[in-house]
Amino acid sequence: LALYFHIGEREEKCIIEDIPSDTLVVGNYKVQRWDIHKHDFLESAPGLGMFVTVTSPSGEVLLSKLYGPQGTFSFTSYLSGEHIICFQSNSTRFAVTAGSKLRIHLDIRVGEHFLDESAIQAKDKVEEVNVRLEHLIEQIHHVTREQDYEREREEKFRRTSEETNSNILWWAIAQTLILISIGIWQIKSLRDFFISKKLV
Amino acid sequence: MPPRGSRGPLPALLLLWALAACATRASEITFELPDNAKQCFYEEIAQGTKCTLEFQVITGGHYDVDCRLEDPDGIVLYKEMKKQYDSFTFTASRNGTYKFCFSNEFSTFTHKTVYFDFQVGEDPPLFPSENRVTALTQMESACVSIHEALKSVIDYQTHFRLREAQGRSRAEDLNTRVAYWSIGEAIILLVVSIGQVFLLKSFFSDKRTTTTRVGS
Repeated sequence: LALYFHIGEREEKCIIEDIPSDTLVVGNYKVQRWDIHKHDFLESAPGLGMFVTVTSPSGEVLLSKLYGPQGTFSFTSYLSGEHIICFQSNSTRFAVTAGSKLRIHLDIRVGEHFLDESAIQAKDKVEEVNVRLEHLIEQIHHVTREQDYEREREEKFRRTSEETNSNILWWAIAQTLILISIGIWQIKSLRDFFISKKLV
Repeated sequence: MPPRGSRGPLPALLLLWALAACATRASEITFELPDNAKQCFYEEIAQGTKCTLEFQVITGGHYDVDCRLEDPDGIVLYKEMKKQYDSFTFTASRNGTYKFCFSNEFSTFTHKTVYFDFQVGEDPPLFPSENRVTALTQMESACVSIHEALKSVIDYQTHFRLREAQGRSRAEDLNTRVAYWSIGEAIILLVVSIGQVFLLKSFFSDKRTTTTRVGS
């Protein structure tokens, strides 16, 4: 677990994963708390846990569990879209001392199906190649799903652009009509006014 | 020399394939960077490892962010202000924790969505040539080409996905802006022209017509 970042103790940090449907996402994390006396991050802090919340694009919560200081979580997406994975520690200390922070190590893998390594070593050559090829086929399926999702998104993009285009056109016509009719009304109104005032 | 038919290099190659998954690390994260905020990430890297940092801003404002990469001694290896996309490769000159930060401190109210991909180490070859006595079999070379092709497919796919997300975000911004501005302009047009007429009429109100008689 190599990449890490810092957050405040009561802070919530979210990352976004834009993924197609039926995709497995596996996350590994490890959290450490800063110790002000030792000026270092503790290797293990008793009672420290992490709330992991996963929200689907429709707002539905897919996963909301409290894990320990180190853990693995996974979920499979039902819808295509932006899934938001949020981390928040279960620290209940309201008087948060200055300088208290947490270090979160994170590793998120999308769409990978891990090989069952034991299945590979036990069998013979052909079986091993078989397992490898199935893994490869799974990965290609993931690529295909991403492609399909990309088509959906591109269609949405195209629709937005076309809507902008027609918006511009119709509003320009509407504004020109408003301008002309207001102009005519202005002239008429002022002419009538001046005639009534016997100035013309 | 072991006969070709028995347990050949296949178990070795598969073991190496398994190892390849853990010897190199690639972390890609998409996160939201609020306005006036800075987010730093740290990674421990061994000396001599070739690393690549790539980032792209997907949504928000002018789609740009400041990025800064420092080595364990605090020496700045890479620093760019207001960049939309960049890719930086470097070789770690010493062991230690490298730090890279994304800053949105120049922005007052737009928050940005930033994607970055930090690749540590290069993929080892699937079939290393140290313990080999023969050349790669056809199956092994087929595996190598499939592996390379799939890697580049995934790479291109990610790039395309990010660019498309950015383009779509811009299109949606444009659409809302066009809608609001058009409505606003139409309202302003109506208000101003009707106001002009009434203002003009008020100049010629009854108090003054007695003094500005025109005509015989």
